[in-house]
Amino acid sequence: MKLRLIRRDAASRLAMFASPVLALALTCLASLVLFAALGKPAGAALHALLLKPFLSWYSFSEVLLKMAPLLLIAQGLAIGFRANVFNIGAEGQFIVGALCASAMPVYFPQGDLPLMLPTMIAAGALGGTVYALIAAALRTRFGASEILVTLMMALIAVQILNYLLLGPWKDPRGFNFPQTVMFPDNALLPILFDGTRTNISLIFSLLASVFAYLIMQHHFRGYQLRTAGLAPRAALYAGFSAPRMVWLGLGIGGLAAGIAGASEVAGPLGQLQRSVTSGYGYAAIIVAYVGGLNPLGIIASSFLISVIYIGGDSATVSAGLPVAAVEVFQGLLLFFYLLTFTLIRYRVELDRKVPA
Amino acid sequence: MSGLEFLLAGTLAAALPLLLAALGEMVVEKAGLLNLGLEGMMAIGAAIAFICVYHTGSHFVGFLGAAAVSTLTALLFAALVIGVQANQVASGLAIGVLGLGLSALFGKSYESLTIQGLPKLGLLGLSEIPLIGPTLLTQDIVVWVSIGMTFGLWWVLNRTKLGLVITAVGENPEAARAIGYPVSLIRLYAVAFGGAMCGIAGAYASTVYTPLWADGMIAGRGWIALALVVFGTWQTGRVAFGALLFGILSLGELTAQAMGIGLPSQVLSSLPYFVTILMLVVISRRKLRSA
Repeated sequence: MKLRLIRRDAASRLAMFASPVLALALTCLASLVLFAALGKPAGAALHALLLKPFLSWYSFSEVLLKMAPLLLIAQGLAIGFRANVFNIGAEGQFIVGALCASAMPVYFPQGDLPLMLPTMIAAGALGGTVYALIAAALRTRFGASEILVTLMMALIAVQILNYLLLGPWKDPRGFNFPQTVMFPDNALLPILFDGTRTNISLIFSLLASVFAYLIMQHHFRGYQLRTAGLAPRAALYAGFSAPRMVWLGLGIGGLAAGIAGASEVAGPLGQLQRSVTSGYGYAAIIVAYVGGLNPLGIIASSFLISVIYIGGDSATVSAGLPVAAVEVFQGLLLFFYLLTFTLIRYRVELDRKVPA
Repeated sequence: MSGLEFLLAGTLAAALPLLLAALGEMVVEKAGLLNLGLEGMMAIGAAIAFICVYHTGSHFVGFLGAAAVSTLTALLFAALVIGVQANQVASGLAIGVLGLGLSALFGKSYESLTIQGLPKLGLLGLSEIPLIGPTLLTQDIVVWVSIGMTFGLWWVLNRTKLGLVITAVGENPEAARAIGYPVSLIRLYAVAFGGAMCGIAGAYASTVYTPLWADGMIAGRGWIALALVVFGTWQTGRVAFGALLFGILSLGELTAQAMGIGLPSQVLSSLPYFVTILMLVVISRRKLRSA
């Protein structure tokens, strides 16, 4: 007698809502146990992680600030993931986007470049896209796994960043810190709400979400991408070009990550510095999955993950938790999501051997 | 100590965490799975090993504890991938993030504490040989054991039935299942083995190579190990050779100075990744042609 997983013919709507909620509940439970076992005030920690961000307008605005890049990158990645194109190097495309955007204010530090901000965003978008498309070229031309290529390219991007910050782009009056000059005012994104750091990149991200929703659910290209992911052979029979799906999947992911990278340096950072590589590209993968790879779900999951980031900051103060608690929470959330999603999506069946 | 002596003495130790983690992952991949969580499994191994050695003073306990906890972490991956057939890429990343987070959480109160490393031992009086004797041939016990283990793994994979079965499970699971091999169970063992090796690799990094715990101390070694498996084209000998090569590279800046190379250190640091992409292209192209 064996247990077998049988895929349900139709994933129930219930499953789509139930699994993230169940995953969140299990994550809270597991973290409570873990924090308590480490002798931390578990209740206070969870309160700080999940509720504190809602208790003041400023911390809520910080949630929205974090949400902008996560949402944008995750929407881009999810389109690829649904076509079984696994771009896991969004961190690299994000960094390259930030680098390309930073080139403008670094070489025109007085801001004497017309259309500074649009040029930066365009440069970031182009940089991120091209960087991701290298993986698409290697995959379609040689069959090299985009999983490993994008990952390796992300690690290379960190080295390029280090090189520029320690060498040619280092601010000559920056006391030898690895960072560029502070950007001029016309290289900074307009603030959305006075007195906060939330900028208009949140609008980009929300627009991108609408766009992703329309493409994936209502456009033929989205149908092709989804088919390529769910039933690659059917897609092939239908004459959908497999290489085109790879180019598209990686290109969109790179584009989104590049714009997010540009917005990060033109937004909260206001200069290029090492902290630009703070793991948004990896966290966005978690966001994409926990959002069920669904454009609307991803809006919710990016909000949730951002709440946990900001909550994690306050938990370091109020509950004495290290910042790493955020990573633990994210890891647990994705773990439980993958666990519950499959269990809801599949039926468990007993496979009885028929007596001969 | 001259640059050459420094390299001879340091390379094996620098290569060791990469080698062990890569050999573990190689077995996982041979069995047909891909676990991207190496970095996290190494980190948690490193933290646990440091904590164990700090409290017991015994490296043996440290390595054992690290292997056990990293295996448990790997079993979480197995639960997702083998148990409920979840997506491998996402599952590996979940384990990676979780492992990194847990290592920082557990290790927090041990930062800036110190422990004893392990003494270096010469091999059978060979340390009398000039130049390589006191450098290359004087290493700690873990290095010697690991070299033996590498040969052992090569033997198991290439000369025993078990090795054939693992390869069969990876290359043609349906056929292996039809013959009657328990595919899921063999994969489970492979994942557990991969976890244990990552744990030992992490333990070496935090209790022998640099006997201290710091958040983020694995510093990308897990990713390099992942690259190493591709670089070594899933063959024990080549993975070991690659580990030595990447080990030298990871001595990065110091090596460059020793060799009088004026390149920025970032070029050396990113060399393993470039080489891996290149290898990937070469291998995939060959497969594409023969198909």
